[in-house]
Amino acid sequence: MSHAKYSVINTPVHNIDGIAKVTGRATYTFDVTLPGMLHGKILRSPHPHAKIINIDATRAMELSGVKIVVTGKDTLGIKQGIWRRYEELCDEQVLPLEKVRYIGEPVAAVAAITEEIAEAALDLIDVEYEVLPAVYEPLEAIKKEAPTIHEGVERNVNVTRHIEWGDVDEAFEEADYIREDWFKCSGQAHMCMETRAAVSSFTPEGKLTCWASTQSAYYTQGLLAGVLGLREGDVRVLAPYVGGGFGGKFELDAAMFCSAVMSMKLHKPVKVIFTREEDFIASKRRTPMFYYVRTGMKKDGTFCARESRMFSNGGAYTGMGATALYLSGFFHSFPYKWRGYRYDGYRVYTNTLPSTSMRGFGAPQAMFCSEQQIDWMCADLGLDPFEVRRKNGHTEGYEVPGQAFIASCGLEQCINEIEKWVKAKGKMPPNRGIGISSCGFMSGGIFNWFDSPYSFSSAVVTINVDGTVELHVGCQDIGQGSNTTMAIIAAETLGVKMEDIKVHSGDTTHCPADLGAWGSRQTLMAGNAVKMACEDAKKQLLEFAYAEMGINIVYDLDIKDRWVHIVARPERGLDYFELVKKVLRAKDGQRVVGRGYYTPHRKGMISPAYSYMMQAVDAEIDPETGRIKIHEVMTAHDCGQPINPLGLIGQLEGAASMALGYAYLEDMPFEDGKLMNPNLVDYKVIKAPEMPPTGIIEIDTYEPEGPYGAKEAGEGLTNPTAAALGNAVYNALGIQMKELPITPERILKALREKKEQEAQK
Amino acid sequence: MEKHILRLKVNGDEYEVYIHPKTLLAEVIRDHLGLTGTKRGCDTVSCGACTVNVEGKSVKSCSVLAIQCEGLEVTTVEGLEVNGKLSQIQRAFLDNGSYQCGFCTPGMLMSSTAFLSELEGKKPSEEEIRESIEGNVCRCTGYNSIVRAIDAVAQGKYKEE
Repeated sequence: MSHAKYSVINTPVHNIDGIAKVTGRATYTFDVTLPGMLHGKILRSPHPHAKIINIDATRAMELSGVKIVVTGKDTLGIKQGIWRRYEELCDEQVLPLEKVRYIGEPVAAVAAITEEIAEAALDLIDVEYEVLPAVYEPLEAIKKEAPTIHEGVERNVNVTRHIEWGDVDEAFEEADYIREDWFKCSGQAHMCMETRAAVSSFTPEGKLTCWASTQSAYYTQGLLAGVLGLREGDVRVLAPYVGGGFGGKFELDAAMFCSAVMSMKLHKPVKVIFTREEDFIASKRRTPMFYYVRTGMKKDGTFCARESRMFSNGGAYTGMGATALYLSGFFHSFPYKWRGYRYDGYRVYTNTLPSTSMRGFGAPQAMFCSEQQIDWMCADLGLDPFEVRRKNGHTEGYEVPGQAFIASCGLEQCINEIEKWVKAKGKMPPNRGIGISSCGFMSGGIFNWFDSPYSFSSAVVTINVDGTVELHVGCQDIGQGSNTTMAIIAAETLGVKMEDIKVHSGDTTHCPADLGAWGSRQTLMAGNAVKMACEDAKKQLLEFAYAEMGINIVYDLDIKDRWVHIVARPERGLDYFELVKKVLRAKDGQRVVGRGYYTPHRKGMISPAYSYMMQAVDAEIDPETGRIKIHEVMTAHDCGQPINPLGLIGQLEGAASMALGYAYLEDMPFEDGKLMNPNLVDYKVIKAPEMPPTGIIEIDTYEPEGPYGAKEAGEGLTNPTAAALGNAVYNALGIQMKELPITPERILKALREKKEQEAQK
Repeated sequence: MEKHILRLKVNGDEYEVYIHPKTLLAEVIRDHLGLTGTKRGCDTVSCGACTVNVEGKSVKSCSVLAIQCEGLEVTTVEGLEVNGKLSQIQRAFLDNGSYQCGFCTPGMLMSSTAFLSELEGKKPSEEEIRESIEGNVCRCTGYNSIVRAIDAVAQGKYKEE
């Protein structure tokens, strides 16, 4: 369907923060300096599991310039977590009182007049530990004899999640072919360019202001207030420009907590910035997952049943990992119709860096297993992988039993487009293959484990006498461009131009509460709130215009490009700016204020809407060295109505680079609980020379629940890539990659094994 | 080691700072001069967020001592714009959406600026463009929009009439 009626939506615009970002004016928490500000540093545990016997800061306090040293004893000792509705999942004291559970866990913090003095003071804090036995892998930690990481948690099982629909056993009986595989999916560092950063300033009035590099100013406010014993309203969180998030920045972190604790004691501003090494070893990661997948299919490719068990390496604490456990199991069924589906997920504590959400939220791991196994089954049965995906794929109006309703779905068109693209490429030369993978993703979560009493998203729009518009939103721009998206939706709804809109966000005092940037929720949820607020304001303008124009009440009025007019006779109307001036006079000088909010209701268990996509990766592998060269990535993508076309391309390309990194470069190897590559020399991310060309084919759909038909874009695109690369390697060399990342070593090993097997035959 | 008076020219202005000899150029730019456009993202000279131009050449300012720049001309991202008029590469970044979170952007712009000026009008290959920003990590964009922006400037699309 064509949406040419829009004046701002889907037209190329510059991001509203573009000039600030290309001129160096954009200031991040990293750049914040306040008068009299002190610098904080964090002392971290060298042990993966140890009791804290004693901490003696005497020598550190004697160092000139040191103002304070704090340990767990200087805090309220509250165990916190972002799943704050569930007490048992609030398991993390940011400065622990009794024991440490991973290498890098904070044990004390120092504030001094310079960063150098604070750093030097860390060496003067004497900590006495009693080292405890530790365990690092979930399949070890779940054993009876494994050490206990959290008292009272049996077998170290932190959370479990069971998802089931249909008669799974009966559906398996109908299958002609059943296949079982084990997969191992690695962790991944968020590696935000701006490391964890916070500046806290507590003043004698009893109020705390915290500048934080966060994905949700509101979550940070709630969590800080909780651990500090303050009222939420007495904590103001400012999230200025944020240097990336990717799912790693909405929990309470040690920069926020330690700076706030020290500032409360000293009544002085304190800044804490993580070094890159600290960011690697102590700021959580994508959840490593072991997947057992059993799938049953009929000879003709009809899917019957799937049964999967997943054990995730939860690391030392819960964080957002509980959500990743749930979503991984749900998206593991995507985007297909199963007669019977059963998932049992176990999140297991270990003595390693806690794992949490990261772009894709458990789905990249789930798709790596699912989408490769489907291709292998197709090969085993001699079926066409496009046809099998089309046959079993979600369609509009489908209900995932008891879980979700699919209102809009462009999956079939995505498959058709990628099939055309792959077939046009023709036969591949030796050692080169194209792999495909399809998937879908959520447009915001329906869960409220944070127990927010506020609407999920809210917006307030104020129209000044000169027609300029102040838009206050709580959604958080972390670089994905949400402020621009909200400005586009506001300009479209009010019928004004982009330059008329000023967006205010990232300030809990002046902006309404909003759950923030996670689970691809902002375009749909905050977008709906903005649309509603602008419709409210516009209604007030149009009511006056009806009276002013003296027209027949059967006529509809609208505003477009600053022209207030009769819809049926667009030439009859009046100037928007003139109208606003008159309305203010009529309202006794009050500015026009519109309010909007959004909380999903009756939209299933997971999300109000789902995006769909299929991706193809064209890769060449050198069989001598195992080295991979990615020639091209092509994606067909259904995100409903695109709002910001330039931003959408940026999201696709960015997702591809992060997901390719996950697929074949990025890894977090631990030895005895110690991360072996906590720096950007040894931790390999994609750089410009490796980045392949990426293309996008937009599939036109309309999502009834989304603002102007829009849904998720950008996070879901992280999901298909590792599987598509795995399938490309399979098609090129005939080897099955069951472990991430797909490194040269693993490719060579699989080639050797294949050779041995062939020799045995 | 004793502190030392350093004179250097940053974005056309002469500055005098009193520093310890081990002070990095990045520290002088950010902490002494308050030019926070230049970022820092690692401790291992790996990310390029701190890239500036010294005598027109691209330099990671965390990898050189400030005293090595005595008397030299340093340009930071703040120096690309003249009285509100953006440089060609800045405008190309805007048109191509070559930034997202923006934290790597100042370093990317400075690597690109040095590369483009060294071309002296020669048209670079895509491979050469990609190599020119090899030392700069961007976690958001996937680089392709940055490559398009550099290419557009190299092709003369942003030349003043």
